[in-house]
Amino acid sequence: MSETSAWVIFIAAIFTNNILLTNFLGMCSFIACSGQIRTSLGLGTAVTFVLTMTTILNYVIYHFILVPLGLVHLQFIVFIAVIAAFVQLVEMFVERFSPRLYFALGIFLPLITVNCAILGASLFMIIRKYSFIQSIGFGLGAGIGWAVAIVLLAGLRQKMRYSNIPEPFQGVPIAMVVTGVLAMAFMGFAGMVSIQ
Amino acid sequence: MADKQLACMTCSPRGLCGGKGLLTLKDGAWTNNPLAIQILGICSALAVTNRLENSLVMGAALIFVCVGSNLLVSLLRKRTPHRIRMIAEVAIIATFVILFDQFLKAFYWDMSKQLGPYVGLIITNCIVMGRAEAFALQNPPVLSIVDGVANGLGYAVVLAIIGFFRELLGAGEIFGYEVLSGQWYTPNQLMILAPGAFFALGIVIGIFNTVKGPEPEEKKQ
Repeated sequence: MSETSAWVIFIAAIFTNNILLTNFLGMCSFIACSGQIRTSLGLGTAVTFVLTMTTILNYVIYHFILVPLGLVHLQFIVFIAVIAAFVQLVEMFVERFSPRLYFALGIFLPLITVNCAILGASLFMIIRKYSFIQSIGFGLGAGIGWAVAIVLLAGLRQKMRYSNIPEPFQGVPIAMVVTGVLAMAFMGFAGMVSIQ
Repeated sequence: MADKQLACMTCSPRGLCGGKGLLTLKDGAWTNNPLAIQILGICSALAVTNRLENSLVMGAALIFVCVGSNLLVSLLRKRTPHRIRMIAEVAIIATFVILFDQFLKAFYWDMSKQLGPYVGLIITNCIVMGRAEAFALQNPPVLSIVDGVANGLGYAVVLAIIGFFRELLGAGEIFGYEVLSGQWYTPNQLMILAPGAFFALGIVIGIFNTVKGPEPEEKKQ
């Protein structure tokens, strides 16, 4: 559909079309794991890696298996199976070859299977009809964008521990409102680049 | 929560289990509202609520999927090996999501276009999975249906509240009809855009926290 270069899509996926702040994907772990910068960095890295790889995998499977066989309506179940299998593989691989990395990322990997940003990115890639190169740019950008957003919120929440928040708004509600402000700030990037 | 489930297991699978069915209904829809109290499944709650119509369709989708998957998981609960129950649940949920998605595509193409990937994302909606795992695996089919309806309703109602205010304040319209006249009300575009969604949900959760008591009361922000 679009002839936008992969580089533009990459930048747009981080800033103007941030998968979290404009498409609201991956909110559950975003709210739950944004207490500390260290944790959120670990989760962000894991999400970026898995998101990029599964987007590529799902692109190949969709265009070379599902479309020729006319099984497009099964895309949801195939995508989620691919994601679950991939996460499992990565977990075993990391555990075997890099115990240190496993301890750093290990606990996050199972969480990622149910992170809707991963499945969402694959679905967006299909809906927006990206080419192979564009999909790589989009997957990488979306992952990095997600990581940037969660690290930013973690930094803000660390500071917020010292502020005086009305009781009903403590915890999740205030995190939500702060995310709103963050989203507003990211709207400032609008117009820089744009993708559909 | 735990003692309530024990009580439910002892009653007969037929009927609404006396008062237990009502208790389950209230628990899912209000006391333990999946969205506002347990903060589950917020992705779609933020994404599709820019119009009331979208919110209602999404709520209906979740009720359908939740009831269907709860029923099936509950029916198969004695035959499913414990170790593969997760993947079985995901497969069941995905089946119902595909059904709903195909239904939308066949009869309401415009709506399907507007909701985009968010219908498919019901698969990763923690509410459905959570109910299958926490309730349907231990309870008889009829009660599981009640639980599915209750949680779906709890989700749908909150979605409708958010959708109502976002469309009203953001576009001055309800269901596309002008309510707040353009002569004296300037639509606040921000409510339709992403930040408005975060603000609205944050405020709704805050209000739920405040009035979480006897009377359900939805207030304006």
